Amino acid sequence: MTEKNVVQTVHDTLWDEMQADDRVLILGEDVGARGGVFRATAGFLEEFGEMRVLDTPLAESSIVGCAIGMAMHGLLPVAEIQFADFIHPAFDQLVSEAARIRYRTAGDWECPIVVRAPYGGGVHGALYHSQSIEVFYGHVPGLKVVVPSTPYDVKGMLRAAIRDPDPVLFLEHKKTYRLIKGDVPDEPYEVPIGPADVKREGDDLTCIAYGLMLHHCLEAAQRLQEEAGASVEVVDVRTIAPLDKETILGSVGKTGKAMVVSEDNRTYGAAAEISATISEELMFDLDAPVVRIGGPDIPAMPFAGPLEHYYMPDVDRIHERMRQLAEF
Amino acid sequence: MATEVDRQSDTRARDLGLSDQDLLDMYRTMVMARLCDEAQFRLNRQGKAPFVVPVSGHEGCQIGTAWPFQKGKDVFVPYYRDMGICLVAGMTPLDVFLAVFGKRDDPSSGGRQMPAHWSSRQLGIVTGSSPIATQIPHAAGIAYAIKYRGEDAVVGSWFGDGATSEGDWHEGLNFAGIHRLPVVWYCENNRYAISVPLSKQMAVKDVAMRAEGYGFEGVVVEGNDVLGCYEASKNAIDKAREGGGPTLIELKTYRFHPHTSDDDDRSYRSREEVEEAKRNDSLIVFANYLRQQGLLDDDAIESTRVEIKAEVDAEVEVAWKAEDPSPESALDHVFADVTPSRADGSSGGDTNVKADAIGTTGGEATPADSPEEAPGEEGSDR
Repeated sequence: MTEKNVVQTVHDTLWDEMQADDRVLILGEDVGARGGVFRATAGFLEEFGEMRVLDTPLAESSIVGCAIGMAMHGLLPVAEIQFADFIHPAFDQLVSEAARIRYRTAGDWECPIVVRAPYGGGVHGALYHSQSIEVFYGHVPGLKVVVPSTPYDVKGMLRAAIRDPDPVLFLEHKKTYRLIKGDVPDEPYEVPIGPADVKREGDDLTCIAYGLMLHHCLEAAQRLQEEAGASVEVVDVRTIAPLDKETILGSVGKTGKAMVVSEDNRTYGAAAEISATISEELMFDLDAPVVRIGGPDIPAMPFAGPLEHYYMPDVDRIHERMRQLAEF
Repeated sequence: MATEVDRQSDTRARDLGLSDQDLLDMYRTMVMARLCDEAQFRLNRQGKAPFVVPVSGHEGCQIGTAWPFQKGKDVFVPYYRDMGICLVAGMTPLDVFLAVFGKRDDPSSGGRQMPAHWSSRQLGIVTGSSPIATQIPHAAGIAYAIKYRGEDAVVGSWFGDGATSEGDWHEGLNFAGIHRLPVVWYCENNRYAISVPLSKQMAVKDVAMRAEGYGFEGVVVEGNDVLGCYEASKNAIDKAREGGGPTLIELKTYRFHPHTSDDDDRSYRSREEVEEAKRNDSLIVFANYLRQQGLLDDDAIESTRVEIKAEVDAEVEVAWKAEDPSPESALDHVFADVTPSRADGSSGGDTNVKADAIGTTGGEATPADSPEEAPGEEGSDR
């Protein structure tokens, strides 16, 4: 067991997988000599060589498109999109191609790619280095979209993603990279793609979140416990698609109250889907309307400190709504 | 007598290593593509085929360029007009018409895709979509994997002139050039992207000129000259197999029909232009060559046509009577590890049970998921 932060865990897990299986290779911008702009592949070029660590041209569509071709010919490519904000040129390759290759050939071909992308705000990344993109792809059957938020889950889910026979979009909240630390077993293990995880048990209300917001929710829940004795259950979504409705509904069925927190723009966000699911399935078990917290509906997160702070849900804001819901 | 003399003087086919039988087989495949095309248009007009994509006019450049590939080893990455490529790769008229009718056993997609979206893993034909040029980076990626794995296979990737305007086309050729990958690019330049003429597609005279921008050779070939297509293709494939990197081959060709069965080309090109192109039909040109070579006479040309037409018609009948996909099978094959009944989104808890069963991420990736039975068929009252 070793304590690591999130990005170190990404690095070490990729390293282990590269060592374990020579079909695994890395491609992306600056992943080679630079070792990735977040250092997720530092030292890889020296260890694994140019054939397995490809500094690609600055062209996101072909980073994903070439990875698809590699995967269809027996390799297990892990593509890095430097910032999730830059993934849009590859939308066609992900949505029209990767997501449909199994489906459109009735299972004849498959596309086992992993596309990693740092997402999320709170780092003064402004409009083009802060975005949450999970729901663009969560809407597309055929793609798996995962958002692990702790070092333990990052290791287990990255291993699972690389071994998954279907395309996986592996989203890493960049603010958690160095902020969040945790114990990580040294031996290999998998955390399955799909199941959500109860990160804190409680009885009075359920808070559902992922990414940086998960950590804010855990802190808010702890504060509310200490202040008011309220017992909040916190569910970590972990996988946006396919969504684990069972765990979410199980928890809300128990507590009777739900709040869903996501830093993406609120409208049509993941929280909307989760809220709708709860409302459809649990209407008569609910003691209060479902609370949905998200970023405001502005095109993207602004740069200046006060503007960025205004956009991002924070512990105070979450705590306040949590308190109101507990008292409802 | 004249035939004999001509034959002596024209050693082109022999110099290319093509036997008389090769030439006759190439011709037969061209005729088969043409007759499948005629049949699918007839079926479209009869209301039996909702949508078809014609190949007529492209047979010469398709059969010529695909012929030198090694089946069972090399990889074909075609686009929707490439019936001829797929016939060379091993598809049959039955395969063509199972797709035309959207049947369960359509090898390309089991009736999921429009016809002409070719695919067969067994035949080395890579699945494609309708968005243009998305297959170009796939071809580059496959070629990279070939190089990475130390195989001596070559990828052939075909596309139209319109495809060359897409970003994916540039990105794929650029990647292939950087890594000197074993891939041959074929532009079937028929002068129109649906209705848009070349002059509005590009400011250069030849697509092949663009190869220079990617650091490899570009070649222009007359698309109706089957042996010229074969020769350029063979040279490029040999070079790629020996580690010499990619080649861009531009095939000057023409499509005789509208873009698809839903298009009307009278709005954008004159009948005179189409008729002029038909006079240079590769089938006529090649038949004349074979006649000169003493390999075919008028009777043989006619009997070839009759014989293949009978074969095509018979397979149309078989395909027409083949099983449709069951409606509920629409839910199959979204993921390898989600059972179909859970993919319908109607009930909670459709978490995938993540597999330790993924021996399939394995290199020779084997399809892990082929439910033998179509779910829901039993007890269905439809």
